[in-house]
Formats: sequence, C-alpha cells, structure tokens
Amino acid sequence: MENVKPLIVEIKNLSKSYRRGSQIIPVLEDINIEIPEGEFLALMGPSGSGKSTLLNLIAGIDKADSGLVKVGGIDIAALSEAELAGWRAGNVGFIFQFYNLIPVLTAFENVELPLLLTGLSKKERHEHVEMALRVVNLSDRMEHYPAQLSGGQQQRVAIARAIVTDPTILVADEPTGDLDRVSAKEILELMERLVRELGKTIIMVTHDARAAEKAHIIVHLEKGVLSFE
Amino acid sequence: MFILKLILKNAFRHKLRTSLTILGMTIAILAFGLLRTVVDAWYAGVAASSASRLVTRNAISLVFSLPISYKEKIQQVEGVKVVSAGSWFGGIYIDEKNFFANFAVEPKPYLELYPEIILSPEHFQAFVRDRKSAIAGRKLIDKYGWKIGDIITLKGTIFPGNWDFVLRGLYKGRDKGTDETMFLFHWDYLNETMKKTVPRRADQTGFFMIGIKYPELASEISVAIDKLFKNSLAETLTETEKAFQLGFISMTEAIVVAIQLVSFVIIIIIMAVVANTMSMTTRERIGEYALLKSMGFGGRHITCLIFGESLIITSIGCVFGIIATFPVADIFSTALSTYFPIFNIAPATIYMDIAASIVVGTVAALFPTYRSVRIRIADGLRRIG
Repeated sequence: MENVKPLIVEIKNLSKSYRRGSQIIPVLEDINIEIPEGEFLALMGPSGSGKSTLLNLIAGIDKADSGLVKVGGIDIAALSEAELAGWRAGNVGFIFQFYNLIPVLTAFENVELPLLLTGLSKKERHEHVEMALRVVNLSDRMEHYPAQLSGGQQQRVAIARAIVTDPTILVADEPTGDLDRVSAKEILELMERLVRELGKTIIMVTHDARAAEKAHIIVHLEKGVLSFE
Repeated sequence: MFILKLILKNAFRHKLRTSLTILGMTIAILAFGLLRTVVDAWYAGVAASSASRLVTRNAISLVFSLPISYKEKIQQVEGVKVVSAGSWFGGIYIDEKNFFANFAVEPKPYLELYPEIILSPEHFQAFVRDRKSAIAGRKLIDKYGWKIGDIITLKGTIFPGNWDFVLRGLYKGRDKGTDETMFLFHWDYLNETMKKTVPRRADQTGFFMIGIKYPELASEISVAIDKLFKNSLAETLTETEKAFQLGFISMTEAIVVAIQLVSFVIIIIIMAVVANTMSMTTRERIGEYALLKSMGFGGRHITCLIFGESLIITSIGCVFGIIATFPVADIFSTALSTYFPIFNIAPATIYMDIAASIVVGTVAALFPTYRSVRIRIADGLRRIG
C-alpha cells in the first residue's frame, strides 16, 4: 500500500531494557515502525509488553538503549535532557489515563500551563486557552476546578491542555481507562475529530479493543514484536 | 505571576498541615527572638557602658574594699575629671524575692558621671541636701508604688541592720538602654553609720567610678592609677566600664552560652519540622512535578515551586512570630524586670529572625527539591492513580 503522507514518527532498531538490581530485563528489542502524519494509531498489547515504554520513547520522556527515534524529522535520542525538554514543550501533547490535572488550578489555568513556556503574551495565551477549551466543548467550565468536573470533563480539559500548544504529535496512555463507557465514547470521538478536523497525529496506548477500533492503524506489541492489524 | 499563584495555592493545599507548620514556625521564631533578647538583656550593662568611664576596684577581688583615701590620689592623676566612691549595698526590700540593684554613691560626682540618669533639678537638690535620702528609677518606683517622701527600709546583708531611706527623687533613663530599676543613696550615710556600728569597716568603698577627659587615653590612665597603689595593702585594678561589666558577665558565661545554644537548637528543630512537611508535600506531588517536566518545565521551575512554597510557609511563620514577640517580650519585661531591667527587642534580633526563617525555608527545601528534580518522568507519572 502506498502511503503519500510524510512520516511523523520513524523508529529503527529500537531497543530498551530496564535494570532491576543486578538483573537486566529487556522490554523492547529491535523495534521498527513508521507512523505517517495525521494518523490515529492504537498500540495494543498485554500488560508488561512495553507499549507504554514505546510511547514514552516516542514522547521523549525516556531514553532508548540503542536505535533511532525520529519524530518530525528530529532524532530525539541525540538530544540532551534540556534540549528534550524544549522539544517536548513544542512538539508533544500528553493525555494520561488519570488526566493529571493540577487540582489547585482551574480548567483554564491547567490548559494555560504549557503556554507559560512559550513566548506568548498573556492576552495571546488567553485566546489560545479559550480556543482549546472551545474545541473540547468546555467553554462553560473554564473557572471550574478539576474536583468540580466529571471524569469525562477532566479528560477533555487534559486534551485541551495537550492541544493548546499545537504540538506535532499527541500521545495518549490509556485515555479512556478511567472512564465509564459513555464518557470514553465521547473522548474517543473527540480524539477522532482532532485527527480528522485538525490533522493531528495521535498515538494511543490502550487495552480496550473498542477504543482501538476508532484508530486508523492498530498495532499489537507482544513479546517485543510489533504486528499490524 | 502564574508561578507565584501556583506556589501560593500549593502552600495552602493541605490547610491543616500548613497551618500547623506555620504555628510551629511562629512559636520557634517567638522563642528564638525572646532568647536572643534575654542574651541582649544580659549584655545590656555592657551596651550602656561609656568609653569615658573607668572603674577602680581591689585587684584581688570585687569582694574586697578600697580605702576612701585613694580618691584624692586618683583625682590627681592626669586626665581624670571626676571620681565617685561607690559600694554595692545588697539590701533587701521586705522580702528576698524583691531584688533590685542598690548602691551607695556620692550623689554629685556620680550623677555627673552618668548623664543618662535624668533627674529633675528639684529632685536633684533634695537628694543632694538630705544625707538619708535616696533616688530610684521610674520602673522601680512604679513596681512598688512608692511616692516621693516615702520611707524605704532596706535590710542590709553586707552591711547589717535595717536602713531607712527617704525617697527624694525619681530618675528616668535618657534612652532605652538605661537601667531604670536602680536605687541610689549617699555613700556618706553608709560610711557614717559604719563608723558608729562597725568602725573597722568605715572609710572603705567597694569601687571608684572615674570620669576621664580623653577616652582614647583610658588605658594609660588605668595604668597610672594602678601604679599609684602598687605594693600597697590594697592594690587596685582599673579597667574601662565595659571591661568591668564584661567581667561580671564572664562569671555567668556558661548560662549565656547555654541560652544561645538553646536558641539555635530551636531553629534546628523547626528546620526538621519544615523539612518533614516539605518532604511529605513533594512526595505527594511527585506526579505533578513529573507532569510539569513532561510538558517541558525544567528543574529551575520545579526548584522555584518547592523553594517558593517552603519560604512562604517559613516567612508567614516568621512574620507572626515577630509580631507575637513584642507583646510577649512586654509581659516578660514586666515579670522579670528584677532580673532584666533592660529587656528591649533589638533590631538585630528581628534581622536574625528573618535570616533564620530564610535559612529554615531554604534548608528544608533542599532535599525534596533534589529528589523531585532528579526523578525520571516515567517513574513520576507512574505514581499517579
């Protein structure tokens, strides 16, 4: 199948292992994958298969032992910690299973947080935040604190926070894992909309086959081997 | 601004814990401030001493007296302006617990030596005229409710018998450092009485207070005075008033050192308490710090958040502690005026309070910050949920 879209993620011969005491536990071995821009990819696999590790490596929050991890044309494995931090700020949006909102900040402030690292003025930041919250349909909940929002609403705030800097990729680790079926459906539809309407690239780790169905590409990771559905 | 807002919100996220830590800090600063003030009070005599005053006493010990005949010889030493004989009387007013300093002095030269003792001209004249008269400081008169003209009876300990004095004057201190709890009476009255009752102790004085013309020549004048009485039966030791006062304090140095030590131990204890609070706080928020790092925030930001929170907690405690120190010091001052006639909070004590709160806040944040900055993002994010 010919893919005309440019590649956003390019992984070659990627290996990663963890050390537990004197024992070295290999998690990923010789992984190769290419993800085109504007795709919605679901990464599935049993617990401990290394899917979250792979996601972390793509997002630049973990370092590979060997191999190439290119995101948006940049070899992120070659970046220093400080360069990686700067790269993440502009290129990666995170969506977590437990939303990871700061409880003492309002929805608005939580979404504003990543923009503090940009050179935007306060007025520009506010415009960006309002737009992001509009995209996730939470314009009327801006001044609410996380505790005043439902799980689904909190995850939508987290998605707004992830897209507010207009990153190259969105990485989602079990984004529906803590939600009821209705809320999970809403979140998946929202993510699908981000890909369809805003051209975002989403890489999602999930256990849920129903969630994976929404993705354009489903990849299984088992015993360190990737297989495409 | 946003970071400051986050620091403030974080500081009060766990209200009970933060309030208790602030309370602890408040009490620590209060105790630290009071103990530092006690140390200052101990040195109040030194602080109030003048460079133009010398004290001559018996070279063996202050317990031994000097012949009053020395006065004329001392007066003839070049550079000496005025000399007053003086004796520690050690009298008890009604009960031993009513302690206050009482001295037998020569009114005119003594008051000339101590311009910081402010006496009205009427009271001064009345004091000088009446040999059985006495003057007392404002605080002492207030404490015992005395009135001018009252007969004050002191029971002698060094000089036996009951001694009646007519209160002829009230003096005030020129500044805050002047002791307003002294009781002064005529050395002549003491001497005349001793001539009648214990003649072998007459014409003796405990010390001479000497006013000199040139403070910079204090050491030469001291040597000249002591030289006069070299190889006599009562050799002298002359020193500046400051050295004389320090000599007294050196006798109780162990107590002063102990107080200073306790004041610093208090700071170390509160440092441990605040460090514990900050450790608990950062452990709970490690996932949030990992989240911030994942977004691109660096160690600098995390450091700013943790140090900011720690310093806010200690600063609030410090402000409350300083505010509380003043009324509590007033209560102390009233209750312990017998032992600490001068009990004022010095500006240096406030600066030390502020410095202590900064040190506590900084040290308490060190380890939690190190741990939070060093944590791997993936490990930190795993702690959520």
